[in-house]
This record gives sequence, C-alpha cells and structure tokens, in this order.
Amino acid sequence: MSDTAERTSASVGGPPGGPTGRGFSQGFLRRSAVGAVQQREATVFVVVLLLIIYFGFISSVGRATFFTKLDLINVSQIAGPIIIIACGEVFLLICGEIDLSVGFTYTLAPFMMHYLIDFYGVPAILAIILSLVMGLVVGWVNGFLTVTVGLPSFVATLGTGFALQGIMLITSHAEQSAIPVSVQGIGHWIGTYAWAEIGWAVFFAIILHLVLRRTRWGLHTIAVGGNQLGAQEAGVNAAKIKYGNFMLTATLGAFVGLQVAFQASVIDPSSGGYQPMFYSIAAAVIGGTAMLGGSGTIIGAFLGSVMLAVLTDGFNVIGVSANPLPLIFGVAILLAMAANVQFAKLRDRGRGL
Amino acid sequence: MTAVTPDGQEAVAAPGEEVLRVEHISKRFGAVIALQDINLRLARGEVLALLGDNGAGKSTLMKILCGFQQPDGGRILLNGQEVTINSVDHARELGIDVVYQDLALVNQLSVYHNMFLKREIIRWPFLANKQMRRIAREHLDELGVDIPSVDVDVAKLSGGQRQAIAVARAVFTDAKILLLDEPLAAMGAKEAAMILDLVRDLKQRGDVSVIIIAHNYGQVLEISDRINLLQHGEITFDKPSKDTSVTELNEIVIDEYRRALAERRKAEGKTA
Repeated sequence: MSDTAERTSASVGGPPGGPTGRGFSQGFLRRSAVGAVQQREATVFVVVLLLIIYFGFISSVGRATFFTKLDLINVSQIAGPIIIIACGEVFLLICGEIDLSVGFTYTLAPFMMHYLIDFYGVPAILAIILSLVMGLVVGWVNGFLTVTVGLPSFVATLGTGFALQGIMLITSHAEQSAIPVSVQGIGHWIGTYAWAEIGWAVFFAIILHLVLRRTRWGLHTIAVGGNQLGAQEAGVNAAKIKYGNFMLTATLGAFVGLQVAFQASVIDPSSGGYQPMFYSIAAAVIGGTAMLGGSGTIIGAFLGSVMLAVLTDGFNVIGVSANPLPLIFGVAILLAMAANVQFAKLRDRGRGL
Repeated sequence: MTAVTPDGQEAVAAPGEEVLRVEHISKRFGAVIALQDINLRLARGEVLALLGDNGAGKSTLMKILCGFQQPDGGRILLNGQEVTINSVDHARELGIDVVYQDLALVNQLSVYHNMFLKREIIRWPFLANKQMRRIAREHLDELGVDIPSVDVDVAKLSGGQRQAIAVARAVFTDAKILLLDEPLAAMGAKEAAMILDLVRDLKQRGDVSVIIIAHNYGQVLEISDRINLLQHGEITFDKPSKDTSVTELNEIVIDEYRRALAERRKAEGKTA
C-alpha cells in the first residue's frame, strides 16, 4: 500500500511539462489512483485469505474443523446477513446518510410476518411480502425525517430504531414465537437451507454492484454524496435518491430479519438490534466506503463482511475465548478509517495538479 | 483560437435578433431590495458582460434567469414570447443554462459522467458508458477543451479545466443562453485564458448567447460585445464594449461610491 502512496504522490508532485508530459503524468496518476482503489479491495481480500489460512492451520493442529464443510457453512451464515445489510448501508453512506435503525427493522420483520399469519390469517407469501413492505415504510419514514424534516440521519434513525424496538417489545411482550407452519416451506428457500444466506447475499451483492456501478441510480447516488448542491443544480433529484436508498436499506434489513428467523427456527426479540447494523457499517468502512459520502464499493463491503465473519468464526473454531474479538474489530475499523483519510489527502493533493 | 486585435476587429459584425428581454424585473428579500427595475436585452450570439460590485444584485438576477428564484414583478421574454421560468429544469428546457461559481461538477465522477449527469444515455438497464465517453471526447475536442482523458475523475483536474468542462457541459446540453457566474474568480492567468478562449469559440459558433457575471472589467471587456453595469439593483450603464474602457467603468463605480458616501454624510448631518 505504501508503494502506491509513494507512486501517486510522486506523479502528483511531478512537473506539468508540455502536452505529452502532461498526458503521461495524468494517465499515470489515473492508473495509480485506480490501482489504489483496487488495491484497497485487494488488501481486504488478502487479509481474508491470511485469516482463513491462519485459522485453518491452527485448527488443523487442534480440532480440525475450520476447513470442513460444516464450518464453511457457519462462516457463510454469519457473513450473509452482514453482506446484505452492508450493501444497503453502502448506498446510504455513499449518498451521505446512514441508517442506525436497520437492526430493529430486522427484529420486527419476522414478528410482523408472525402476526399477519397467526392473528390475521394472511397467506404465507403475502405475509412475507407485507413484512418487506413494512421495511419499505420504515425506510420511507427515515427518508421523511432526514430529507423532508431535515434531521441528521444519525439522529433520525437512532430515534426510529428505538421506536421500532419499542413496537416490537410491546406487540411481542418480549417473548419468542415459533415460525408459523404455513410459511416454513418458503422459509427453507429464504433462510433455512444451509447455503441460503450466502446464496442470497451473493445474489444481492451482484445485483446491487451492477446498480451502483452501471446504472443511473448508482451514478446519481455517488453524485448526491459527492456534491449534493451541484448534483441538484444539474437536475438530480437528491431527495428521491435518499428516500430510495433508505427504503432499500430498511427492506434489506427486513429480509435479513426473516432469513435469520427461518435459520434459527424461532422468532426472537433479542436477535438483530445494534450488532448486525454496526457489523455491516464496519464491513462497509473496512471495504473502503467513505463515511462522508461520494465513494464506496459493494465488493469492498462484501469482503469486509467476510473478514468479520471469518474472524468471528475463526476464534470459535480454534477454541480461544471470543473476548478479544471486539478489540480486533475495533483495531481493524480504525486502520481502515485511517487508510481512508490518507487516501482522501492524496486525492486532494492530486487536485492541485 | 481567434486572434484578438486591440481595436476589437473580431467583434461580431451584425448583431443577431433578440433572444432574451427582461423588463422591469424586481425582487426583494424582506426589507432588502435586491433588484428594483431591471431592463436587459440579449441578442443571438452576443456576449454580454454584467458587471457590478458585491451586493449589486448580479447573483439574484442570475438566479431569476435560471429559474432558481421567481421575480416579484416584471416579465421575461424569450424569443419575443413572455415566459415564466418555474424551475432550473424548466429554464434548461427553454435553453437557459447556468454555470455557477460553486461548480455543479461532482469530483468523484469521471469527466464524461459529469458531462452526462442527469442526461445519461441508457442502454436499459445500464449506462451506455462507451457511447457517452466517445461523445464527450468529441464534444470537448470540438470546443478545444484540453484535458488528457475523459475517464479521469474531475477531482484530478485544475480549477480552469473544471470550469471549462462545466461550460462545455452547458453548451453540450443545447443551452442557447449561457449564464456564467464569475467564471474567472480565483483563477490564474493561464486558466483564465483557457476560459476566455472557450467563450471566444462559443461566440464564433454564433448560436449561443452568453451573459458573463464578473468583477474584473479588464478580462471581460476584451471578449464581451456589450457591458451592463448593475448598481443597487438597477442597470445604470449599457454600452458596447468597444465604446468604453476600464478607466470609464472604474470612474463610474468610484464616483457612485463617493456620491453615496456624501449623501450618507449629509443624512447623518441632518439627523445629528
């Protein structure tokens, strides 16, 4: 990484020169910048590989479980939900917002499904769809509070998060519920089958990567996060973009809530909450998404999620206490953020050319 | 680029027909009168320099013309037809586009994405990046905007290059009336020359009319056809550029300042 940094700053500091010299140095600069971004994802990828090898090696001496199919399933089931929520948060962070309430949308969604089926006799598929619609509504409310009322999204979604938790506790009396029988068949495909989590995660990641990189929605999301006023002057509807991304994130959160409930075969008031939300934001940030908006990638968030999942599972497998885990996460996030800041400085220096 | 002779030989010979006429426009913000009775006209292919000190109302007038704000009174005629400009989008539909001081470019996006922002070419469901890249390149070459690559992020470009791209984008989107808000502010001599050349090229095309807002008389005097001076929300001076000089403009502004000062002293004397 330091190699790239040196090369970039060298080309930035170079003399402007004539037309050819300029073209060369700009082209070189671009290549280095692209290299740095790609390298960010490559760095996370290498870290993931090293962790897998490390845990694999340690465990092969001891309990020999990390490389088994069962354990890969474990990792994938931890990673899947983080990936899916992180995809939503990447869109939100890029357009300059954040959703802290997504973990409670996650908790409420399966209860919603349970109420609809068991209390109102709604057919299974419709109940699932309505639970996802509940996510859309929560996202809309977050958008309303942020865009229309004008609250910072950090505060707005903190509020909706508590409110959702309250609604969930009041309606469920803080008690677990069984998965309704009628929905179990579909539930297999959503979350019970061993590879369902990672399958859906890969599906969403591919779709949302394409949306971010190759469609007008993605372009406008970056534009709004990069220069909101400018994007609006160009005619981009920033409110629509933000509403949309809040709704996307909350709906993904609701989907993950259903998934995890199916996987656990129980609807649990203590699942979800802040932890999956913070994990997914951490994954996005580790993967190179800027907290201040304007840049970020789905691939980075995907790799960041896998990294957190491997760490979580790895400590389990090697039978070491999980107590140091938060410390390691903390250091990983700080390192990632520090790298982000350094890249931003390089970019600013590049502007002076 | 066009060679500019000191006696202004390159000035457009026959003024085209009138594309924009502003009559009796007024605008106030609470107790503050920003514009009181603005009358202004612009011919096809003309470059009009709108000069004025800070707070004279230049930016307010610009915002009204580009649909960002609505006037309290008066009317705007576009090609002889009275229009109400409802929004920035509407202004753009009418062929009026503005390049702001605080540029509307997004640093994190490439040059060609910026040029196509909000007017992207779509090959459903994806962006037609190849096509947009090619067209952007052609267009910038045509206007003589010198940037190494349209793939580079705008953040990597200099202030002048970004300004040039913002101007090129406006022309590119079929703007017939281009409003440039302080295009030369905080720009080095080389950078400023690049923008002035671009305006000259536009003038040669003949179909685009330009209003340049500026502080600095010297630079705009040589590329504009006509000068309007805005003072306290009124246009107090309207002359072809070749009939005036920096000295004259300076004198008017300084004179006005002295007169205002004298009046204020007199008023203070009365109350005391």
